[in-house]
Amino acid sequence: MAEIVIKNVAKSFGSFKALHSIDLTISDQEFMVLLGASGCGKTTLLRIVAGLETPTQGEVWIGGRRVDHLPPRERGIAMVFQNYAVFPHLTVFENIAFGLRMKKLPQAEIDGRVTRTAELMHIEQLLKRYSGQLSGGQRQRVAVARALAMEPDVILMDEPLSNLDALLRLEMRAELKGVLAASKTTTIYVTHDQVEAMSLADRISVMNQGRIVQAATPVEVYRNPAARFVGSFIGNPPMNFIPATREGEGRWNVAGITVEGPDAGRERLDFAIRPEDVDIAPGGLKATARVVEPLGAHTLVTTEVNGAMFRAVLDSDIRVSPGDELSLVPKPDRVRWFDPETTAAV
Amino acid sequence: MTDAVITDVPRSVSDARAAGRFLLIASTVLLCVWVLVPIYLLIVNTLSSPAEVTGFPKTGIPSFDFGSVQFFLSFAGVARALWNSVLVAVLTMVLSIGLGAPAGYALSRFDFPGKEAFRLLVVMTRAFPLPLLALPLAVMFIRVGLDDTALGLAIVHTVLAIPFAVLITFSLFSGIPIELEEAAWTLGCNRWQAFRKVVLPLVLPGIAASAVFAFTISWNEVFAAAVMTIENRTLTAFLIQSLNVSPLHLKFAGGAALVIPALIFIFAVRKYLFAMWGIANR
Repeated sequence: MAEIVIKNVAKSFGSFKALHSIDLTISDQEFMVLLGASGCGKTTLLRIVAGLETPTQGEVWIGGRRVDHLPPRERGIAMVFQNYAVFPHLTVFENIAFGLRMKKLPQAEIDGRVTRTAELMHIEQLLKRYSGQLSGGQRQRVAVARALAMEPDVILMDEPLSNLDALLRLEMRAELKGVLAASKTTTIYVTHDQVEAMSLADRISVMNQGRIVQAATPVEVYRNPAARFVGSFIGNPPMNFIPATREGEGRWNVAGITVEGPDAGRERLDFAIRPEDVDIAPGGLKATARVVEPLGAHTLVTTEVNGAMFRAVLDSDIRVSPGDELSLVPKPDRVRWFDPETTAAV
Repeated sequence: MTDAVITDVPRSVSDARAAGRFLLIASTVLLCVWVLVPIYLLIVNTLSSPAEVTGFPKTGIPSFDFGSVQFFLSFAGVARALWNSVLVAVLTMVLSIGLGAPAGYALSRFDFPGKEAFRLLVVMTRAFPLPLLALPLAVMFIRVGLDDTALGLAIVHTVLAIPFAVLITFSLFSGIPIELEEAAWTLGCNRWQAFRKVVLPLVLPGIAASAVFAFTISWNEVFAAAVMTIENRTLTAFLIQSLNVSPLHLKFAGGAALVIPALIFIFAVRKYLFAMWGIANR
């Protein structure tokens, strides 16, 4: 049982505020992904939970125990580093056994745990090797096995797959998900890769400039972005935004057409729609196709609406060539609105 | 060459490369000759009989006559001076690593005010002229009773060796990723345990090299040794005092006794000295 509670945590490096007052609760056995561009503070937050960084203010609780004043070894955590941090002077076996020896477990218990986790990570044939004799993927497996062997309450992962090549990353991603789900530990996983985040997470915390913008399930984050940043950061291609002006009670003028929307007592809102949520039908947004990219199942069409870029993902049966005039109708239940000043969802 | 000027044919890039290569090889050979010829002459004369050393013409080939070496080694006081040299050098080695390695670790791992100034100052100590320091030091040592002792001289040599100890260990520790230590902390180590179980095994060869370098600095040092000791002379100080009045072949034997151990030590640790001067050793 290890619920992680982060209360009002902030971190400054000199005059630079890396984290502004973060509040986040991660429930027991949950797989939480911290997602954001580089420099958004996600790794700093992870390192504060690990105890490798001291917060400037705030509290960290793990399993009902306040830990922010404790050193890493007393927090019941295990961590997997981006560059693996496999000890080069020890064999794979001794690497995995390292933490267990520090706990002074009996030799039989150590042997058992090392063998078990090595089998789990498919590295049982590498136990006698040194890190210099391993490939990147194998080192990553050793690092994960070393963390799992500790049987920690919490596993912290700092971009563990980012140094692997694309194919290996896909394979390890699926494997990690299975292994971590089976281990029933609470996991915090830091990544800048949205596909990784979507596929692994129970919940995603999207971070931007030292703040958590939204913490929700992957589908919720994708469908209902809490802020314009989330919509533009998540999704490939990202959401389309068009400035809209108020026409009347709940009616908005979006690039010449009238769309039903909220009545927030404002004159201006940003209309937003995902590229795959438009259909070709009469009476829609007037769009001029500029670039047509067939992707197999779908065709990505980059168009111009009112002089601004607008992307549409259309069925590949539809024939479009550059220069064509299209009429794109947004699916009404997929339309989202953002406040242009606060950028928050309306 | 004159043909090329007259017909004005552009020189190919490979010509320029070849010229650069020639220059590189020529300067390398020149440097090697500069260093190796004196050592060669020293060894040839050490391993020749006294008659050959003073005779002419020279053969340039050692006759492997160990008379000079034997006489030198049985010379009164040589054994004692050799022992003093070793004792002072070992003390210097222990002191400079004991003080220098923690400083190197701190420089590579922690941020503290005045860090850059400290790094510069450590090197600056080498710029301070020892003759200026020697007499006041001698007076002070006499007052506290450190004069003419191995420890006293070792302290002076430590001052000379410590900049190198700090810089070499700084580069060693900087070569160990901090993540290795952090991983050890998350796996149940405190700072000291992580250092002992992870960092120390990885830097040990480099530390040994840096220790040997400190040993060599002390071994070769002559000025402080001559000023600070009277009875307990180290080999360098002893030789400078007694070889002045010795025959030529003994001077050669004494020179070789000083140079050869230093050469062997430096050769053994050359890889780490390159690292110190900023040339990658990996």
